[in-house]
Amino acid sequence: MPASLDATLRLVVLTAFIFNTVLVLVYVERKVLGHIQQRLGPMRTGFHGVLQTPADAIKLLVKEDLTPTTADRWVFRLAPFLVFVPVFMMFITLPFTRELAVRHLDLGIFYLVSFSSLHIVGMIMAGWGSDNKYALLGGVRAAAQLISYELPLAFAILGVVLLAKTLNLQEVVELQATAPFLVLQPLGFLIFLISSLAELSRTPFDIPMAESEVVGGPMIEYSGMRWAMFFLAEYANLFVTSAVAAVVYLGGWLWPFLPPADLAGGWAAHLVGLAWFMAKTFALILAIIWLRGTLPRLRIDQLMGFAWKLLIPFSFLNLFITAAAAVYGGFLLLLGWVATGGFAYAIYAVSRRRP
Amino acid sequence: MITERRLDTVDMHINVGPQHPATHGVFRMVLRVDGERIVDCVPYIGYLHRGFEKLAENEEFQEVIIHLDRTDYIAQFNNEFCYLMAVEKLLGVKPPERAEYARIILAELNRIVSHLMFYGAFGGDAGAITPFLYAFRERERLQRLFESVSGARLMHFYFRAGGLKEDLPEGFLEEVRRILPVLKQGIDECDTLLTENEVFLSRTVGIGAISAQEAIDYGCTGPILRACGVREDVRRSDPYSLYPTLDFDVPVGKKGDTFDRYLVRVQEMRESIRIVEQCLDRIPEGPFRTPIPRYPHYRVDPGEVYVHTENPRGDYGIYLISRGGVQPFRVKLRSPCFCNLMALPAMLRDAYVADAVMVLGSLDIVLGEVDR
Repeated sequence: MPASLDATLRLVVLTAFIFNTVLVLVYVERKVLGHIQQRLGPMRTGFHGVLQTPADAIKLLVKEDLTPTTADRWVFRLAPFLVFVPVFMMFITLPFTRELAVRHLDLGIFYLVSFSSLHIVGMIMAGWGSDNKYALLGGVRAAAQLISYELPLAFAILGVVLLAKTLNLQEVVELQATAPFLVLQPLGFLIFLISSLAELSRTPFDIPMAESEVVGGPMIEYSGMRWAMFFLAEYANLFVTSAVAAVVYLGGWLWPFLPPADLAGGWAAHLVGLAWFMAKTFALILAIIWLRGTLPRLRIDQLMGFAWKLLIPFSFLNLFITAAAAVYGGFLLLLGWVATGGFAYAIYAVSRRRP
Repeated sequence: MITERRLDTVDMHINVGPQHPATHGVFRMVLRVDGERIVDCVPYIGYLHRGFEKLAENEEFQEVIIHLDRTDYIAQFNNEFCYLMAVEKLLGVKPPERAEYARIILAELNRIVSHLMFYGAFGGDAGAITPFLYAFRERERLQRLFESVSGARLMHFYFRAGGLKEDLPEGFLEEVRRILPVLKQGIDECDTLLTENEVFLSRTVGIGAISAQEAIDYGCTGPILRACGVREDVRRSDPYSLYPTLDFDVPVGKKGDTFDRYLVRVQEMRESIRIVEQCLDRIPEGPFRTPIPRYPHYRVDPGEVYVHTENPRGDYGIYLISRGGVQPFRVKLRSPCFCNLMALPAMLRDAYVADAVMVLGSLDIVLGEVDR
């Protein structure tokens, strides 16, 4: 097969996968949230509402695409794509199983971290281009929040890189055959999860979109397919971020075990690996949905304070401990657990200091 | 020579409402913000003005009741209660004991409904979506009871001069008795979902605080005033109906901030349950309405009267003038929400935009009553 055809085929399959995953995720979120809130969620369209999200997607496709007359037209129209494309790009190096990935990049983690912060540009453009004050406020909030949380996210994942001595995600997974990096990097995992919540603008960090304050923030003026692009990006991002956490910290497709490679012509290992990967990813997604069903929203200054006063110092500490362990011996990683305790206590202490 | 260019920063005006999810109706406020900080806040009201006071002058005493349902449309029984006490005072009629107890039961249940509504909407303001549905599950139990009483879910039109429209439906009291423990548990669940939540606390404690003196100066009443630590409740300070015989506490806050206003309401729900329990034990059999000549087109002797009651939102007063005949000459409503709302700019001093939403939510305004 020529390389170009191979690449195209992989991208087509990936696109189909993303669209279907988003449909499933939206359905799962509505259903799970519904049950958390003691109601049923969608029930009418198809068996237990399974056709609800396809129906919504079709509705969004045929809806009128409105552009406000005072909007900055090109910026406004381009923004949804600039939000979606970086998220799409993140999927490219994601290792679903040993063989299943679009590309095994040697700079995989670097690539992921760079692209994970790019969709901010689209958010700011949407906020600015809409010529709407709520959108602007939301866009600026998004910029402040996403840039702040990019740092602890990157520092947390750097700890893993120091231990693994590679940026290739495939190799990072291979190193977790006996124990996932969660055991060695508990603080890093925690900081990574919290920062990704903020990166995803999910509750309790859904400040840029805050329904009750800025009424959807940057998306306020969008309708139809352009709005759906934001939605698509949001859920694709939810999946890819959870998947990265599963790959980097929870052992991806490898941990806890794989059947021998020769069983059923290697297909058994393949499927079991995929099952592990999906199970871990969806467990994280469900946890994020669960948080959404439980928590209120923080205020922007509290959010920034949390990032700069707690997350970043502790992510530095984590990096420092990991570096020391890499030089002087792995036993120092035990300090990571102590630091995790310290982190939990710091959050507790800050919360007690309330006026 | 390098000169530093002075940056001219202009405060941004943000118009919130009348169509905005945080304004709980058709309220509008214009915020002047410097970044995320509020510099100034100007509330605009009047979008729901229906001229109920003027309409009342052209209708019979009986017909006016339906307008009262539509003032504070979340606490309808409480409004009817207040207006009919005014009418009864002018008529010189006392409702029978059964009607009095029935009124108190319905009014207190309505207080719970109103506070549940507040609880749900307030959770929504804070960005939590689940409290709303928890609150509505409990509210629905009471709403069904109300439906069995009056046939309507919102606009009840059930209290009448001298008593009630008809006797309480069969099995109503037993049903209330059955539901109260369930309701108590539901309120506890709501309480655990939000009250101790760390994020919720950091969003409410110390936000939008005003002093007791300020609250009094603005004419704040109800939970807003009690949150400041003033133990003022019309049911206690100017008792009406059978409230003096009932045993209940008046919960108060300490700091007068958003959290205290929330907590006072949650505690009030429990007190209301206590009141209803006592009423259930005492409510006698007997007539449900004192006969009035020419009812329902009764004539009222000339006179004027001011009656106020403790509504879920505060001190709700009706000033009623009759010049004789079947129609009131003047009905004036003292709206607690209107006065509470006036304290909003004071509460929003140096607040963040996100706080404005919380503070407004904690005032628990009903625009139908502010604009009348």
